[in-house]
Amino acid sequence: MQLLKSTVGRKILMAITGQLMVLFVIVHLLGNSTIFVGADWLNAYAKHLHDLGPFVWVFRLAMLTFFGVHVIFGTLLTLENSTANPQKYAVNNKLEATFSSENMIWTGLLMAAFVVYHLLHFTVRVTNPEISQGIDAVGRFNVYAMVTGSFQQGIIAFVYIGAMIALFLHLSHGVQSFFQTMGWNNACTRPVISTIGKVVAVILLVGYASIPLFIFTGILKG
Amino acid sequence: MSDHKTMTLTLIVWRQKGPNAPGKFETYTAKGITEHHSFLEMLDVVNEDLIKSGKEPIVFDHDCREGICGMCSQVINGVPHGGQERTTVCQLHMRKFKDGDTIYIEPWRAKAFPIHKDLVVDRSAYDTIIQAGGYTSCHTGGVPDGNAVLIPKPDADYAMDAAECIGCGACAAACPNSSAMLFTSAKVAQLAALPQGKAEAAERVKNMLETMQECGFGNCSNHYECQAACPKGVNVKFIAKLNREYLKSLAS
Ligand code: HEM
Ligand code: SF4
Ligand code: FES
Repeated sequence: MQLLKSTVGRKILMAITGQLMVLFVIVHLLGNSTIFVGADWLNAYAKHLHDLGPFVWVFRLAMLTFFGVHVIFGTLLTLENSTANPQKYAVNNKLEATFSSENMIWTGLLMAAFVVYHLLHFTVRVTNPEISQGIDAVGRFNVYAMVTGSFQQGIIAFVYIGAMIALFLHLSHGVQSFFQTMGWNNACTRPVISTIGKVVAVILLVGYASIPLFIFTGILKG
Repeated sequence: MSDHKTMTLTLIVWRQKGPNAPGKFETYTAKGITEHHSFLEMLDVVNEDLIKSGKEPIVFDHDCREGICGMCSQVINGVPHGGQERTTVCQLHMRKFKDGDTIYIEPWRAKAFPIHKDLVVDRSAYDTIIQAGGYTSCHTGGVPDGNAVLIPKPDADYAMDAAECIGCGACAAACPNSSAMLFTSAKVAQLAALPQGKAEAAERVKNMLETMQECGFGNCSNHYECQAACPKGVNVKFIAKLNREYLKSLAS
């Protein structure tokens, strides 16, 4: 297929799957924020999601597909790019490229490793069974206790915050890159879109990292 | 007068005997350089000295020396064309440097631009990309009336901005992925903006992109180094335009 072979076609597939994952992380953050309202809200939110039944699996399969396409093409494009540029300059004086634009593959792979751990931790619940199997007063699965119990442990909080820094770096380049790849850009919109992308990345970093941070520092009690 | 003040500079230059020779950096001293010397004239002075002392002069590409042909291709201190806005190497002047400076001079580096000798690379891959679609196939016949095909002023200006590209190769040389997207997009955008070019727009974008890949250039990942290095101010908005043209071509 044209789209899978062409350099721009593959970029467009990466951009669309990446952007769908950005929409997911935004919605996911909104859901997670119920933790700041209280244990009851978070547990109720989790129960609502689980009650969707087969839709949960449709959704999971869709996410897995986006993720797979994005990771496969991301790796392929990066490998091709280093083949195209085998000999580096002795002096490297970058004018526009940034740390985040040059390390997309590494921040991406860090997130991939994190997603596997995250699913084992909070979805399959095998990494910390002692705190992740509880039931709350009204018989719902006690997500609140699992989350607070986890993030009271420095190492887990640290891993989550680290992954969110990777997400921040990935998206401070990725969001604006999406608009350029889709062709939804011109000389006037580019600086504006670039700023919006960075703002989105900062909001996601602050939003996500605040959860482990607040729990670890004891501001949010278990 | 300032003409009498001269500078002495240290040059660290890539020397390579041929396409398959290993190549290495050599250090030279440039003496008696004034602020009015262009960068290439400075190299001419160094080469005169090398020739007089029986050594091989530094081989570099150049032709017009007035910023229009795109032949001069040197990466100076890590930036193609030296980093002065909208300036080719031949138009870069030594007043940008000061006495005692050390300057690194390297050839374009990209798999698709193999080194011939020293600072000279083979840029014919750009010609190959143009041959894949950087033209319109219309019968020219006699000279047509100037106003027979009306082109709105904004479209004409847009096409002219894209047509500023001189095919120098700095965009691929600057790109961390050695992608030729700025060059390719400039031609795609220029022709797609004009009535004569619209007819073959879909075929053009597909063929030029395919050829770019076949030549061994990388994929664009929107670092925008190309635009920063381009001596003609070709804007990455043309890459967005190419992406739109590609999406349109899928439907045709
Ligand atoms: C988990 C493994 C991941 C890997 C290995 C990965 C890898 C990459 C790479 C290498 C690029 C640059 C593509 C290029 O250079 O052309 C990229 C772009 C991008 N990524 Fe990821 N990524 C991952 C996860 C994510 C996630 C979770 C999101 C969203 C939350 C995301 C959003 C994006 C976006 C929006 C882009 C820009 C697309 C474009 O180039 O136009 N990525 N990714
Ligand atoms: S787009 Fe600019 S840098 Fe690239 S070949 Fe044309 S003039 Fe040179
Ligand atoms: S020698 Fe022609 S552009 Fe520099």
